[in-house]
Amino acid sequence: MSNSQISIALIGNPNTGKSSLFNALCGSKARVGNYPGVTVEHKTGRMQGSASVPFSAPIEIIDLPGTYSLAARSADEAVSVDVLSGSMADVPRPDAVVVIVDATHIERNLYLFSQVLELGLPTLIALNMWDRVAATGATVDPEMLAERLGIKIVCTNAAKREGIEELRAAIVALAQAERTNNHPERDGTAGRASDAFPEPFRTEVDGLQHWLLEHDVSLQRFQVERLVIDASDAHAQRAIPTALNAACAQRILEIRERLAAAGVSVPLFETKARYGWVRERTAGTLSRAIERPKSMSDTIDRWLTHRWIGLLFFLVLMFFIFQSITLVASWPMDAIEGVQGFASSVIESWIAPGPLRSLLVDGVVAGVGSVLIFLPQIAILFLFIAILEDCGYMSRAAFVMDKFMSSIGMSGKSFLPLMSSFACAIPGIMATRTIDNRMDRMVTLLIAPLMSCSARLPVYVLMVSAFVPDVRYAGGWITLQGIVLFGMQCLGAVVAIPVAWLLKRYFFRGIPSTFIMELASYKWPSWRVTFARVWERVLAFISRAGSLIFVTTVLVWAAAYFPGDHSQVNAQSLRLETLQSQPEVPEDEVSDLENSIRIEKSRLIDASLLGMAGRAIEPAVRPLGWDGRIGVAVLASFPAREVIIATLGTIYALGSETDETSDGLKEQMRAATWPDGRPVFTLATAFSIMVFFALCAQCASTLMIIYRETNSWFWPFFSFSYMTILAYVGAMLAYNLTSLWQL
Amino acid sequence: MPTPRLTLRELQPGQRGQIVEVEGSDTIAARLLEMGLLPGEVIEMVGKAPMGDPAEFSVYGYRISLRNGESSRVVIDRLP
Repeated sequence: MSNSQISIALIGNPNTGKSSLFNALCGSKARVGNYPGVTVEHKTGRMQGSASVPFSAPIEIIDLPGTYSLAARSADEAVSVDVLSGSMADVPRPDAVVVIVDATHIERNLYLFSQVLELGLPTLIALNMWDRVAATGATVDPEMLAERLGIKIVCTNAAKREGIEELRAAIVALAQAERTNNHPERDGTAGRASDAFPEPFRTEVDGLQHWLLEHDVSLQRFQVERLVIDASDAHAQRAIPTALNAACAQRILEIRERLAAAGVSVPLFETKARYGWVRERTAGTLSRAIERPKSMSDTIDRWLTHRWIGLLFFLVLMFFIFQSITLVASWPMDAIEGVQGFASSVIESWIAPGPLRSLLVDGVVAGVGSVLIFLPQIAILFLFIAILEDCGYMSRAAFVMDKFMSSIGMSGKSFLPLMSSFACAIPGIMATRTIDNRMDRMVTLLIAPLMSCSARLPVYVLMVSAFVPDVRYAGGWITLQGIVLFGMQCLGAVVAIPVAWLLKRYFFRGIPSTFIMELASYKWPSWRVTFARVWERVLAFISRAGSLIFVTTVLVWAAAYFPGDHSQVNAQSLRLETLQSQPEVPEDEVSDLENSIRIEKSRLIDASLLGMAGRAIEPAVRPLGWDGRIGVAVLASFPAREVIIATLGTIYALGSETDETSDGLKEQMRAATWPDGRPVFTLATAFSIMVFFALCAQCASTLMIIYRETNSWFWPFFSFSYMTILAYVGAMLAYNLTSLWQL
Repeated sequence: MPTPRLTLRELQPGQRGQIVEVEGSDTIAARLLEMGLLPGEVIEMVGKAPMGDPAEFSVYGYRISLRNGESSRVVIDRLP
């Protein structure tokens, strides 16, 4: 810890408005969701100053994942424990802790508080959602409660930005207090819940702590207690050096046997002691609502979690989302396409035909531009997912789907990670940390990349809009293209079902999981939070287009441009442009010229590096109905799948009849032919490409995140292999079946 | 007044009971207790998911989802 920097941790149960509070304090764009475990990794932000609260030092706020207890049972809870005990790499142990307590569920929330108190850090409580207390008919006396607990309590309404100034002031005061284990206020009046732990347990903990010290392992008392209580849990044991592990585990086993003999039931005595402590301290400071009135949330819930209506609602909702993506996104897409054409013509009027013009027009504008066209659809998809998360529907969907999910080897808790993988597998895989059963988590993590992520959407949209007929039903509200798109979006998820079942059966057999999950009340999604979320993803998409995709595009352009003598085609293009700018365009000469340019360009691309590579891999991709150019474009898109659009854009812009890119990639693809004149792209080829992209692991970042989350190279390698094989076989089937059906 | 003693799993939607104990001493039992399923608390069955599992309960002023395997470990006294 540096001397000037002070860091404060925020911790609390899920759904206590912790991330909202973090946003209010830091003014940052931390993600907030109405689902247990949205903050899967700790986030840090800097507390902003204000006129009434002067700062002497910068204050860093660490937002920890929501947890009910410090007995870390899932990977995201482990993050909280690690940060608070100072054993997290690159995060200094916080100087103080703010425990967020939901004012409507004080007793349950104070359970966690009683554990945090024993960490020996200066602590204060933010009593959040304070405004809801009156509405429920309950009463709370915060002053008296603060006195009983021996700490400061600040009442806040994070969503309405109320009480934030007071909280800031309290945090500053706390931060200025020395980090100390004998905080006079706290130890003086409140005592600790662990004082009520049974005598035999306390004696055993003393003994174990002493034994560890003899072996040069210095742990806080709280950590030693956790070692004994959570014996079956690998997490608490991570603090023990490997050499000592077996001996320590043996000692703990003996301790538990002796405790059982003494009538101490581990781990139940802990919850009893803590809730006893909580009840003692809250007695007389709060009264609960006598009878909870049926709220709007209950009524909505009755329908959305209804046995059949709930399931039907879920399916209709998904269908609606994908329909609206095709319908709504088309006009901003046309606008972006227009800008792209305009950019090309501007460049063409400034630069004479040659390598630089070709690089800019055929490489950068055609490549990166054709990816950016899909920005509206990705924004709409993220908007829907952000709304569903924030309003509280996601946990209901998990509830409705749990039985089905558990029958194929996962649990309802796998649902949110998989659902977010429809936007992007990376946050999806990170969200699997909220799954407490390790086996379930591994299965979920390995099938998450099969969910149709937003980077696949451009591929589907391009193929569908170019090759699926535009048939409309129900007065234009339902389109055939939308139905095919919906089918493609579902394909990965459908294939994931047998894959999950097999993974569970052969790799991850284990103890049955649980589904103990809080279903938070519905609320109106916060527009601030929702749009911040969409904006974040849109920026990420643009920056990817500007970096990884840009570089690949330029490489593909170079491979398709060199080697080759372009002087003839450049001269012809120049001549063509001069002819076209004349007042009376000589039609015959123009069409002759266009024809010879087309032949020359086609010869050049065949003679290029890309053409050679295409011929080399053509035998491998012929069974899928692809030509060498598609093969190369797909190969180039293994680092990031949306690159395919850019590479196809570049390849067809280079090989197209004119330098005019504004007639779009779709037209150029329709015009592409085999040497014998048959079109390359048919409905069968389009399906084959879509199925390949639906199933293939073409995303280097996803493989990296799998490595990070499993800490093993085997699993990313495994994912890559099984998905590539699946994609090849699937594409071959799709091509042959569609061809058959078309005959 | 003797009341019939049963498990949480046997409650029908809309019925209520008072928690007597959570059976077992493993981590599942500990988590249920941490989540506030304490002896003496009143718990109401709200509804079941498609295919009857899991079920939604209202306890301690909030909603919780439990699978049948978990709810059958919570012993309750039936309340009118």
